[in-house]
Amino acid sequence: MAAGVAAWLPFARAAAIGWMPVANCPMPLAPADKSKRQDELIVLNVSGRRFQTWRTTLERYPDTLLGSTEKEFFFNEDTKEYFFDRDPEVFRCVLNFYRTGKLHYPRYECISAYDDELAFYGILPEIIGDCCYEEYKDRKRENAERLMDDNDSENNQESMPSLSFRQTMWRAFENPHTSTLALVFYYVTGFFIAVSVITNVVETVPCGTVPGSKELPCGERYSVAFFCLDTACVMIFTVEYLLRLFAAPSRYRFIRSVMSIIDVVAIMPYYIGLVMTNNEDVSGAFVTLRVFRVFRIFKFSRHSQGLRILGYTLKSCASELGFLLFSLTMAIIIFATVMFYAEKGSSASKFTSIPASFWYTIVTMTTLGYGDMVPKTIAGKIFGSICSLSGVLVIALPVPVIVSNFSRIYHQNQRADKRRAQKKARLARIRVAKTGSSNAYLHSKRNGLLTEALELMGTPEEEHMGKTTSLIESQHHHLLHCLEKTTGLSYLVDDPLLSVRTSTIKNHEFIDEQMFEQNCMESSMQNYPSTRSPSLSSHPGLTTTCCSRRSKKTTHLPNSNLPATRLRSMQELSTIHIQGSEQPSLTTRPLPTTSNESQGIQGKTKVKCHK
Amino acid sequence: MKLLPCSAAKTSSPAVQSNVEDELEMATVRHRPEALELLEAQSKFTKKELQILYRGFKNECPSGVVNEETFKEIYSQFFPQGDSTTYAHFLFNAFDTDHNGAVSFEDFIKGLSILLRGTVQEKLNWAFNLYDINKDGYITKEEMLDIMKAIYDMMGKCTYPVLKEDAPRQHVETFFQKMDKNKDGVVTIDEFIESCQKDENIMRSMQLFENVI
Repeated sequence: MAAGVAAWLPFARAAAIGWMPVANCPMPLAPADKSKRQDELIVLNVSGRRFQTWRTTLERYPDTLLGSTEKEFFFNEDTKEYFFDRDPEVFRCVLNFYRTGKLHYPRYECISAYDDELAFYGILPEIIGDCCYEEYKDRKRENAERLMDDNDSENNQESMPSLSFRQTMWRAFENPHTSTLALVFYYVTGFFIAVSVITNVVETVPCGTVPGSKELPCGERYSVAFFCLDTACVMIFTVEYLLRLFAAPSRYRFIRSVMSIIDVVAIMPYYIGLVMTNNEDVSGAFVTLRVFRVFRIFKFSRHSQGLRILGYTLKSCASELGFLLFSLTMAIIIFATVMFYAEKGSSASKFTSIPASFWYTIVTMTTLGYGDMVPKTIAGKIFGSICSLSGVLVIALPVPVIVSNFSRIYHQNQRADKRRAQKKARLARIRVAKTGSSNAYLHSKRNGLLTEALELMGTPEEEHMGKTTSLIESQHHHLLHCLEKTTGLSYLVDDPLLSVRTSTIKNHEFIDEQMFEQNCMESSMQNYPSTRSPSLSSHPGLTTTCCSRRSKKTTHLPNSNLPATRLRSMQELSTIHIQGSEQPSLTTRPLPTTSNESQGIQGKTKVKCHK
Repeated sequence: MKLLPCSAAKTSSPAVQSNVEDELEMATVRHRPEALELLEAQSKFTKKELQILYRGFKNECPSGVVNEETFKEIYSQFFPQGDSTTYAHFLFNAFDTDHNGAVSFEDFIKGLSILLRGTVQEKLNWAFNLYDINKDGYITKEEMLDIMKAIYDMMGKCTYPVLKEDAPRQHVETFFQKMDKNKDGVVTIDEFIESCQKDENIMRSMQLFENVI
């Protein structure tokens, strides 16, 4: 429960009086405030600096060090204060958390020191308020990255024989610096990529003439040499691709990755060329395929970090680029149309159609000005000049904006995604902590009643189950219990066993009060199995008169063809009682499984119990 | 009155003070409560108890007043599984005795004083006031149904047994059977108090929260 809200618990409990006249069955007893001491100031001495606060302030968060009895370990009898040998600066933030319910992260503090202190005091870092959470997470991430880098460099120095051959290969591919062999492989592939690209380029250069025919490009003159070079490169690339495919931890993911697609596209044309014959019809297509050989240059991106970052940046700013493109297209269409109609009148005009004018508009707007298309009419010249002026604006202005947008949007997207990813997890964790009280209620309902039953029965068989709840929690649970009583419903728990038991508990409690109210004659009705059963409700006062005797014999139900688990027999017993007694207008559904049997043996058990 | 000019002045000044404070409230939404001694005289709490209560109150509402939204938020923290906004609304109206849309510390203390330290009569009176939504002195079946639905809403959806549609209505019928003596379809304050005093359960549960503070 939040800090301040715990202070309102007395108010919520007092307001529960509003339910009392409406309720049909009596309320459970309130938990006794055993520690009836006045609220006192306690002194916390942290490395010499004394902090003082109320005891109840600290008890708002009973699952931390200061809020629980754990702080008693630090109590100094001589000075009657709690001494902590920790950093007083961070303690200030911790204490403020108790006071205000918000945990702040001071910017000047080192992240790992802060984390250590929080761990010491038992406080979850997720509770850090929104104002400081981002900063905290950023610093934590930086720290984690730094640690990871340190680890990596450590790992690189030592050998790791535990990795399998496949894993070592993959590591060698990804980090060329891990071993000499990897480095060699890295440089070799880089060299061959360069060779391949240069080959493709040089292939088309005209290289001297053969006497009697026109100039040939080098590719055709030395076709055998170039073919061998190409084959060698493709061989290397294929081997590399297959090796990577073998070593990849997830082959499916590797195949889908961008780099592998580039690899495939780089070597496919060669194989297709091998397969296809030198047919005139398909040679045109074959030539087109050769274009894809230029994709080999993208293989360099494995070797260059900068290329990768550029690619990623472009991808992430796609919307900005798209907008630029769209506005440019709009402007082009407008000006092309205007120019076309302006130049329509002039003779021998190059502006034959609007799409033909596109070329003029683009060349003018980007201030290229080739001069192959020029307007001749006066109107055309006027609009042409407007076009070039606006071209400067349209292109020159957005570019810096886009460049700055790149970095801004890039960082913003990253932060927003981070926050969104963290938010769900954070909220889930905080929700778990907050509803911990209500969920704990459902468990302690069983445990609390069990402990009370055990107390009543005086059996020291087992210790108190479950965690000891603080006073505030037990008061909150009592409040929820009163609401259950008022409405006649009970909170549903996930655990089916628990729900059966709680329903049994409810029925039992209800039944006990019913018996008490209506007739106290049937005194020894409650023959309960001895162990582990919440045999009585938490109303010792009510049942002393009529249900004083409590035999520990297990009931033997005649006609009971159910397995003799105590739970089921208790369930039966409760159903019997429900059927037997008057049913007020509460919406208790009789347990369907045992209703049939209960009718039959109802009379018998009544007789039996009177003995 | 003439013999005690001081007390007269004293009794009038809080009224004037609270009027001024009400205006200030509207303007700056900041409210300082009466002096501690005055509150101690008006309520049945000791000084220490008032101090503890005020510290908690001020912590959650630094401005000194609670408006309905904050009230609903605070109350719903205690019942995370259900929807307690309707009931919190009724509760707010019960605490906000001067109907100015905000519960100040004085209203708060007044209400708590009745609930925790009042006589059974006063408590029943307060409960009647809570149920009587339009404050006309009669509890009709519709008002009771609203209250009942609000209470059942607080339990939420995950209950055992599953909440039936007409459970609140049935509950209201039971209530009216018990309380409405002359069967005229409304419950007056006298019928209410009389019926409650006859019911031992209710009497006993009224004493339940004596030791809350």
